[in-house]
Amino acid sequence: MAEFSLPANSKISSAGKRFPAPAGAKNVRSFKIYRWNPDDGANPRYDTYELDLADTGPMVLDALIKIKSEVDSTLTFRRSCREGICGSCSMNIDGLNTLACTQAIADIKGEVRITPLPHMEVVKDLVPDFKHFYAQYASIKPWLQTVTPAPSGEERIQSEADRAKIDGLYECILCACCSTSCPSYWWNSDKFLGPAILLQAYRWLADSRDEMTGERLDALEDPFRLYRCHTIMNCSNVCPKGLNPAKAIAEIKLMMVERAG
Amino acid sequence: MTHRITGNALAFGAVILFLWWLVAAATGPEAYLAFMAVATGWFGKLVAIGFTWSFFQHMGTGIRHLVLDTGQGFDLATNKFWATMTMVASVALTIITWGIIFSTKGF
Repeated sequence: MAEFSLPANSKISSAGKRFPAPAGAKNVRSFKIYRWNPDDGANPRYDTYELDLADTGPMVLDALIKIKSEVDSTLTFRRSCREGICGSCSMNIDGLNTLACTQAIADIKGEVRITPLPHMEVVKDLVPDFKHFYAQYASIKPWLQTVTPAPSGEERIQSEADRAKIDGLYECILCACCSTSCPSYWWNSDKFLGPAILLQAYRWLADSRDEMTGERLDALEDPFRLYRCHTIMNCSNVCPKGLNPAKAIAEIKLMMVERAG
Repeated sequence: MTHRITGNALAFGAVILFLWWLVAAATGPEAYLAFMAVATGWFGKLVAIGFTWSFFQHMGTGIRHLVLDTGQGFDLATNKFWATMTMVASVALTIITWGIIFSTKGF
């Protein structure tokens, strides 16, 4: 349910530390990073790290890795592929949800402020808890469902035109940048599936090989699961893969109308 | 956002105005004259202009969402263009409406 102010133990304290740039640094940039440790009982804080950009890789993730390996090993964040395909390093950078590995430091003016994805429970520092998000993903049964027997000796064939229908959908890496930028998801994430999961749901509705279209639509026909989307468009504006969850959701709503006749 | 704010402003504003008008008319000629003095004074005109803008803004965003519901206009540039256009149109239509009123009836 909606809360308008943070609980007392979540308010950001002013006790942040400052890690100055090394002597002789040529191109200094500060990184103001949200820190919270579940084990020390303290409130969250912002630590500021000054890095020499002349000695740092081009992306925000390069800066985070440099901080962790050379300045402060206690900084915690998720990362894996460092090329925008795994979706692990999603976080809020300079006010926008995006992937740290594909966000160039040069595209940000001044201090780089980094916080976890908004309105998610924090595990530690920049690591949000994805349990609920993944449970919602599982709820839409994200796999091919069929009733007809598979053709013997070959895969289920799809025409090029039918295959093209899942372009712009299959590329989703489930980083949750869109869902955690959505005000409707902030308010009703307990019941509203959110843009990422709904885009995934449409990915299976749009697949010509899937034979459970009716059942899938039945499962979404709900005031909260689907219809909390009010076309605010934050999702499509932040998607680091350039996808359009808002359009995918509109297509589901259209399928509902067409089905009703 | 603006769609919801203007929608609420229109609904609550209309209810308050109508109730005030009804109560004033029922109370007697003095109360009714007092109501008319405020309603036709500078404050009344300001509220009326605000109402007009709310109406056009609400209509613009309403039409925009009607089109969005047909699955069109989701391209980011197109979407931003029409979002901006609802505001340009609502301000322009408000100016035109009150321009006509003031030029024919005087201020």
